[in-house]
Amino acid sequence: MRIPLSITDNIQEWLVSMMSESAASYVAMIIVALIYLGIFAIAGLFLVLIERRVAAWFQLRIGPNRVGFQGLLQTMADALKLVSKELTGTDRADKFLYNLAPYFVIISALMALGVMPFTKEFQAFDINIGIFFLIAISSIGVIGILLGGWASNNKFALIGAMRSGVQTISYELSVGLSLLTMILLTGSLQLSEIVEVQKGGWLIVQGHIPAIIAFMIYMIAGTAETNRAPFDMVEAESELGAGFHTEYSGMKFAYFFLAEFINMFLIAAIAATVFFGAWLSPFGITESIPWLGVFWFLAKTLVLVFLMMWFRWTFPRLRVDQLLTLEWKYLLPINLVNIVIMAFIVWQKLIIQI
Amino acid sequence: MQETTTINNNFKSEEYFINMGPQHPATHGVLRLLLTIDGEIIKKVEPDLGYIHRSIEKMCERDSYQQIVHLTDRMDYLSSHINNEAVCLTVENALQLEIPERVQVIRTIIGELTRIASHCLWWGVMGMDVGALTTYFYGFRDREMINDIFEETCGARLTMNYNVPGGLMWDIHENFVKRVKDFVAHFKTKIPEYDRLLTGNVIFQKRTKGVGILTKEDAISFGVSGPVGRGSGFSCDVRKYHPYSALDKVTFNEALRTEGDTFARYSVRIQEMWESLSIIEQLIDNIPEGEFRVKTNAVIKLPKGEFYQKVETARGELGVYVISTGTKNPYRLKFRSPGFSNLSALSHMATGGKIGDLVATMATLDLVIPDIDR
Repeated sequence: MRIPLSITDNIQEWLVSMMSESAASYVAMIIVALIYLGIFAIAGLFLVLIERRVAAWFQLRIGPNRVGFQGLLQTMADALKLVSKELTGTDRADKFLYNLAPYFVIISALMALGVMPFTKEFQAFDINIGIFFLIAISSIGVIGILLGGWASNNKFALIGAMRSGVQTISYELSVGLSLLTMILLTGSLQLSEIVEVQKGGWLIVQGHIPAIIAFMIYMIAGTAETNRAPFDMVEAESELGAGFHTEYSGMKFAYFFLAEFINMFLIAAIAATVFFGAWLSPFGITESIPWLGVFWFLAKTLVLVFLMMWFRWTFPRLRVDQLLTLEWKYLLPINLVNIVIMAFIVWQKLIIQI
Repeated sequence: MQETTTINNNFKSEEYFINMGPQHPATHGVLRLLLTIDGEIIKKVEPDLGYIHRSIEKMCERDSYQQIVHLTDRMDYLSSHINNEAVCLTVENALQLEIPERVQVIRTIIGELTRIASHCLWWGVMGMDVGALTTYFYGFRDREMINDIFEETCGARLTMNYNVPGGLMWDIHENFVKRVKDFVAHFKTKIPEYDRLLTGNVIFQKRTKGVGILTKEDAISFGVSGPVGRGSGFSCDVRKYHPYSALDKVTFNEALRTEGDTFARYSVRIQEMWESLSIIEQLIDNIPEGEFRVKTNAVIKLPKGEFYQKVETARGELGVYVISTGTKNPYRLKFRSPGFSNLSALSHMATGGKIGDLVATMATLDLVIPDIDR
């Protein structure tokens, strides 16, 4: 099976003139990996800054605006500080798992970034089971959180880790099912095809009522899956101190921290892709100038990211049992009924096409 | 079958013991809670004190009555003015001093402002404890205005030390009346904002309603006072039953709720802010002219005997009990602090709840640890 790798292909074609074909494919893969690592780091740092500025705006403050233009270099400085810090850990921790945990979190986030259709050509690998891959990969992150909480041998961290396990397993269902509702419309799991279908209108418009319900469920469950307020049981600083990453310091802490922001970006990016047409722009601008798609994609994603920040700085935190009640007694049944409605709409061809 | 039994015997189930504090974000100071939990459910809560003990009561036996006033600032630092007032009233009653009306009115106004400032801080922290970080900054914005007023009049923002036995340290600043009026007008528009941000929130109501219930009987038997007692329907406002200073000249309602849960205690405090505003409004327009201080001896000696005075701080009933042998120091001075009795009910309220409930319940007790642990 040949996996279509758009950027990798392009780079490989360019490299073939210089070296043998097999060497070119390896080099191309490394180059693409580095590009994505760069995107990861920049996006993570930039999102931290946005979060702090948005929080400040909600909280009658100004926020970081001194380092660089409007504080653009603030998070760079913070990252440098974290890199230079000593890595301390607990004596009784399970050293191997303790050190392994941050990589689970960060690698799962990084892999999911690879299938994101930033624009028509800018997608590291466009596999035919894109959505399924995303859901599968995003649940690997929780292993890192569980490991981190378990291995650091701290009681607060353990409670945080157990909470995270419970929470992610529950809300994964809603994320999956709400995306499945939309798959009924597209008939394909491949992300590029999901975007193609939306040339006749965003899926949230095409699927109207059930699509809007699915979007709302997706945003709730997505916020829960990234462990952000109002679902930040895992960290819950007024209850557990710092939750699962209590014992992490320096760069290991930064990995967890950055991964949280990248996960938020991913949840928003998936929503932008599945509900709001990814890189598609009005009046077909991106048809003639494809690279402009990146801006459309980022604009849609950032609006949704802002929505998630808005949740975080407005709502109080739920309690653990209420969190589970919300999922199992409300979101899941609504979701199942919603799928049936969507199936009916697709069957009766009640889709709104522009 | 036998094998299963042996396997089961090998698994010992242990109680999960966890130390919440003395360094913990939710305990607001150096309170240590010894928690025994089963998963998320709390089996036992034991508060452990002693991390910030400064032997204030013993120091009082060493100090003169003017000096004791300074120490009370450091107890419940959020209602420092009211603490000062309690000691001053005790001394003044013992000496049977006639306090000018001007002093009484100013004391009451500043006392109510202190109460509002304390409740503002509590509201912000309450939101933070249930996970809404934004409330903190809104509460502090309004508290800041009160602190500015205090700073202008008495030079300090937190440990004010504005009262002295016999009156006030200085007269009020010329801007005082205007700024207080500005604040009252400003704050009237802000309490509805508080309600929109937190009170009406579905998650907040779910987190607080029916949580940490304290019945009226339990409230009385635990000796709970202040907003915690009034949230359980126990009418215990000292300002109403034993009015001091200018509180007998004003009319106000005692905020009372009967549910006894966390939300009831929350509502009582929000209601109290309205009542305090109304008290200030009644007094601010006609502060009587006159002396701001009665002359007392440089060395105050209380007559031989026992004296007791209680006041209503932002947290509840503060009692000052002085035994004097006729010297310039008290023989024994005992503070009945509201926080200590309120904390004693925590174990009763939080057992059987979740960890999140414990934090929410503790937030509505409005604990100030230096007040509990003197």
